[in-house]
Amino acid sequence: MKIEYYIVLSIALFCIGIVGVLARRNAIIIFMCIELMLNAVNLLLVAFSKMHHAAKGAEVATAGVDGQLFVFFIMVVAAAEVSVGLAIIVMMYRNVHSVDVNFLNRLKH
Amino acid sequence: MNNIIDLAWLVPLFPLAGFLLNGLFRNSLSRPLTGIIGSGAVLASFVVSVLLFLEVKKGNTGVAHLFNFIEVDKLTIPFAFLVDQLSSLFLLIITGVGFLIHVYSAAYMKEEEPPHFARYFSYLNLFVFSMLLLVMGSNYIVLFIGWEGVGLCSYLLIGYWFKNTEYNNAAKKAFIMNRIGDLGFLIAIFWMIAKLGTVTFSTPDSGGVLDKVGDLTAVDITGITLLLFVGATGKSAQIPLYTWLPDAMAGPTPVSALIHAATMVTAGIYMVARSNILYTSSAITQTVVAGIGLATAILAATIALKQNDIKKVLAYSTVSQLGYMFLGLGVGAYTGAVFHVMTHAFFKALLFLGAGSVIHAMHHEQDIRKMGGLKRYLPITHITFLVGCIAIAGIPPFSGFFSKDEILAAAYLRNPLYYVLGAAGALLTAFYMFRLYATTFLGSFRGTEEQKHHLHESPSLMTIPLIVLAVLSVIGGWVGIPEVLMHGAHSLGDFLAPVFAASAEKMEAHSISHSTEYLLMGVTVIGAAIAIFVATARYRRNPELGEPTGFGKILANKWYVDEFYQWLIVRPVNWLAKVLNSFVEKEFIDWLVNGVGKLVNYSSRQVRLLQSGQVGSYVLLMVLSILVFLVLQFFIKK
Amino acid sequence: MPVLLIVIPLLSGLIAFLVKQEKSVKSWALLSSIVSLVISVMALTTKNDSWLHYNLPWLPELGSSFNVGLDGMGKVLCLLTGISFPVIFIATWNNSYRKPNNFFALMLLSQAGLMGVFVAMDALLFYFFWELALIPVYFLCSQWGGERRIPVTFKFFIYTFVGSLLMLVAIIFLYFQTPDKSFSIDSFYAVAQMSPGTQAWLFVLLFLAFAIKMPIFPFHTWQPDTYEQSPTAVTMVLSAVMVKMGVFGILRWLVPVLPTASFQFGDNPATLCVVGMLYASFVAMQQDDLKRLFAYSSIAHMGLMGLAIFVPSNMGMQGVMIQMFNHGINILGLWIVVELIERQMGTRKMSELGGLAQKAPVLGILLVVLALANVALPLTNAFIGEFLMFAGVFTSLASKYHYIFAVVGAISIILSAVYTFNMIQKVFFGNTNSLTAGARDIRLNEKLVLSALVVMIIAIGVYPKPLLEITQGAVDTLISKMMIKNP
Repeated sequence: MKIEYYIVLSIALFCIGIVGVLARRNAIIIFMCIELMLNAVNLLLVAFSKMHHAAKGAEVATAGVDGQLFVFFIMVVAAAEVSVGLAIIVMMYRNVHSVDVNFLNRLKH
Repeated sequence: MNNIIDLAWLVPLFPLAGFLLNGLFRNSLSRPLTGIIGSGAVLASFVVSVLLFLEVKKGNTGVAHLFNFIEVDKLTIPFAFLVDQLSSLFLLIITGVGFLIHVYSAAYMKEEEPPHFARYFSYLNLFVFSMLLLVMGSNYIVLFIGWEGVGLCSYLLIGYWFKNTEYNNAAKKAFIMNRIGDLGFLIAIFWMIAKLGTVTFSTPDSGGVLDKVGDLTAVDITGITLLLFVGATGKSAQIPLYTWLPDAMAGPTPVSALIHAATMVTAGIYMVARSNILYTSSAITQTVVAGIGLATAILAATIALKQNDIKKVLAYSTVSQLGYMFLGLGVGAYTGAVFHVMTHAFFKALLFLGAGSVIHAMHHEQDIRKMGGLKRYLPITHITFLVGCIAIAGIPPFSGFFSKDEILAAAYLRNPLYYVLGAAGALLTAFYMFRLYATTFLGSFRGTEEQKHHLHESPSLMTIPLIVLAVLSVIGGWVGIPEVLMHGAHSLGDFLAPVFAASAEKMEAHSISHSTEYLLMGVTVIGAAIAIFVATARYRRNPELGEPTGFGKILANKWYVDEFYQWLIVRPVNWLAKVLNSFVEKEFIDWLVNGVGKLVNYSSRQVRLLQSGQVGSYVLLMVLSILVFLVLQFFIKK
Repeated sequence: MPVLLIVIPLLSGLIAFLVKQEKSVKSWALLSSIVSLVISVMALTTKNDSWLHYNLPWLPELGSSFNVGLDGMGKVLCLLTGISFPVIFIATWNNSYRKPNNFFALMLLSQAGLMGVFVAMDALLFYFFWELALIPVYFLCSQWGGERRIPVTFKFFIYTFVGSLLMLVAIIFLYFQTPDKSFSIDSFYAVAQMSPGTQAWLFVLLFLAFAIKMPIFPFHTWQPDTYEQSPTAVTMVLSAVMVKMGVFGILRWLVPVLPTASFQFGDNPATLCVVGMLYASFVAMQQDDLKRLFAYSSIAHMGLMGLAIFVPSNMGMQGVMIQMFNHGINILGLWIVVELIERQMGTRKMSELGGLAQKAPVLGILLVVLALANVALPLTNAFIGEFLMFAGVFTSLASKYHYIFAVVGAISIILSAVYTFNMIQKVFFGNTNSLTAGARDIRLNEKLVLSALVVMIIAIGVYPKPLLEITQGAVDTLISKMMIKNP
């Protein structure tokens, strides 16, 4: 498959994520949108890695591996983020009985 | 170089020691002791001055070098004393007349508390010290040190009775007007340094200012001399800076005699005479000096006609006589000017001390309208005062005749108009002096009964100086008898000739025919005699008691010059200061500074609004900015 | 020796924090300051040159070292600092402060900073000490100052701090221009020729930093307020020593580092200085508060120093050197008088005073001498300095307008006489009023301190040669540095 298809798909996913983050007020949905953006990047990284390997794999056996490595890193970080983020949301729900982010602007006071 | 000249530093040392003794121990010294220390110090200086004078008379002159005052880069200013004909003559006048006035003061000021009495004498001694520095300095800086020093002492002594605000104002006015002149002096010194790199008068290897006149352009010479003359107008009370001198009469009368008649105010004449070669080299400056001198002489004489304060009359007379001296300097009659300084020191000190004696007898009454007929009560004062009046009026063979005649004859040579105006001024002099004399001493007593009861001749400590000065006022002129009257009798001229030799060379030697000279003398003497006669006849019977009207009122108000200065200078300066302080400083500069601070405050308050706490808006901003950067990148790509 | 000059006040300052009793902390501060004075006098007289320099690696990665040294200019200013502090402590001996331990500790810390500024031979070190001197003063003003102390101190701090930051920027920029990437002063002097534009910017940055400190018109408005609101002891430090940091900074870090720019743009700061001299003199004529009067008078005098620096000549520089010292001595004396009057009368307003000469003749005499020094009368120390500066400006070849600068500036001589003698008249002469009728003369310690200052004024005024000789070397080096990169 041509690389462009992957790129277009990633961009679409990423934009959906951004719009979700901007438009929605429910913390859980924002959270999911952030995950969506991260995974859009992951998808792109894997696609480029594959492409790179196809082009240079004959000369260098490990060509493109680092792209895959990044994906693992991102997934690990995302997992850690989810655990922390969900904990925050839970705490928030306990305090204000809502997961609406607009309630959070009280921090500034 | 001679031993005695090396000891020249003793001359100013004695008054300095007297100043320190009287100043530091003023609380423990008794009045007689203070008087002895103060007068003794000046007497000691006088003795050394006489020795120096005799040495100089033998033809030995020299410089006593003490130490190098300032030594920077290529400029070296030594602290050294010059002893030559001119300075030794001034030394005699200052210490001689100074001593007499010190003695007189001891009696005149005896009502003061001992600490204040000691303060008075310490100021007087400090003044003598500064004046001696002024005339002995071997360069313009030491001269300037003395120059400002006498200004300071004048300030201190005018404001001696410091509880009186008016006296303090007079003292302050004197100091500030002197400072204006000093500024000119100082700039002249800078000019010399810039062009010649030295301020020493003259050195053996011809490296001094006065040796290097040839290196200066005409502009330089004119500029330097004019600026120096600005200094002289301040110190010697000439137009436009003369108004402080009459106000300075607020000080004790002996101070007026010493500082504001005999010595300090002649500093300007000394300085010009010292720089004579510079002045001779600039025709423009000479004209200016002669013109200002003449104008001052006449202006002050007219004002003196209508003054009723005995000291004010004498003060304006001093201003007027100083004008004559500058006229002499302006027409190149340096010897004549110095001669007049000397005779003026005698008779003006005499007149002031006489006035002091009158004031003393009248219990500090200075208004001549309340005097009259004092001849009977103060015989010695009367006689000596009369001698002073005749001397200043210029009747031969009293001293004033010879010196004034010499100046007027030289003025005639330069420009007959100078002579005419000068002679007219001389008539005025004779007139107002005898108006003063007649109103004070002749006629009948017009004071209160109580004053009349207390009228008494002053103690001998005061009358002896009067008698000595009276004798000097009579015979003082005989050292300068003009050639036409007696051949080779101008011993003062011969004595001073070396100092003015360079100038004499430069000026073409005009000489005046004998018949003209007799005529000139005759006109002034007869004119003065008539003026004396008219004034005496008119004022002995009917003194002016009322307030003057018409033109007389303008004269009595001193041509409104003080008011004019107030309007022209003092008020604008105060106004400017007020505007700068209350408007520019507070409303503008500080406003700008605080404005910057307020702007920061304001903008941060505005920027703070962006921090709404809405996570969504932060993210939106972030995304938008990233987009903007992306777009920008497309454009910036080459 | 320069290390000792820094370390002694620094350590004794830190120790003073712990001494709670008022008497003992006072004595401790006085003792420490006297030791510093002795060392600065020794530095002045020593023949052994190696004692005067000390170099220790500090931040070698950055090319900065603890490089301190004393030249003629540094010696004179360290002496001034050394003299000022004991004088201040003795003259204010009878004052009592809240939390005396903090007060004296901060005073000593600022002394350490000042000494450091005058001996630093490394730009970063200079900056460090510059701030070290400033910060204690900030606390001193804000803790022990007058009614309006908080806004005034805030203004003072922000104003001078902005200046410091500008200086830091310039220093860092210059650091990257040095051939060997070093902060040492020799490397700064060796900075190669830069483009005129760069020089101009650097010049402006450094000039602003030092001009604020001096202060030069129109950057002076922090000064009268700060002087007025600070406790007088702090005002003395500020005006006697701290403003000299500005002059010193220009002489050591601006003019020799950027000689071409100084020549090119020198006329602009010189104009500011001349305008400032006249302006401050005029404003001084309108003041009623003694502290503000002397503050403006001080601005006028600093303006003259600035003028003589930016229209340079050997003579003028020499004048600046000794005038820095003289001005410190004179203004110190004047502040002491103000302090004495305020402590006794409870006011500094001239309009409320009068007739003090009857009640306090000794104070009157001493003040008159100080006032005469303030108007630069001959045979007082200020005459030597002002004469040399004016003569230097007049004869300088560095500016086309040197005649105008000298003549216009010299008008301030007249104006200074006007406001100084007005002050004497209003405070000391005339009749006593209800307030001053009960005044008494000054105490022995005050008499001694003031007399010592007066003796110094006269001594330097009569025989300035020793002082001139100390600074001559520094002046010659400075002038030669300024000439190197110029035709």
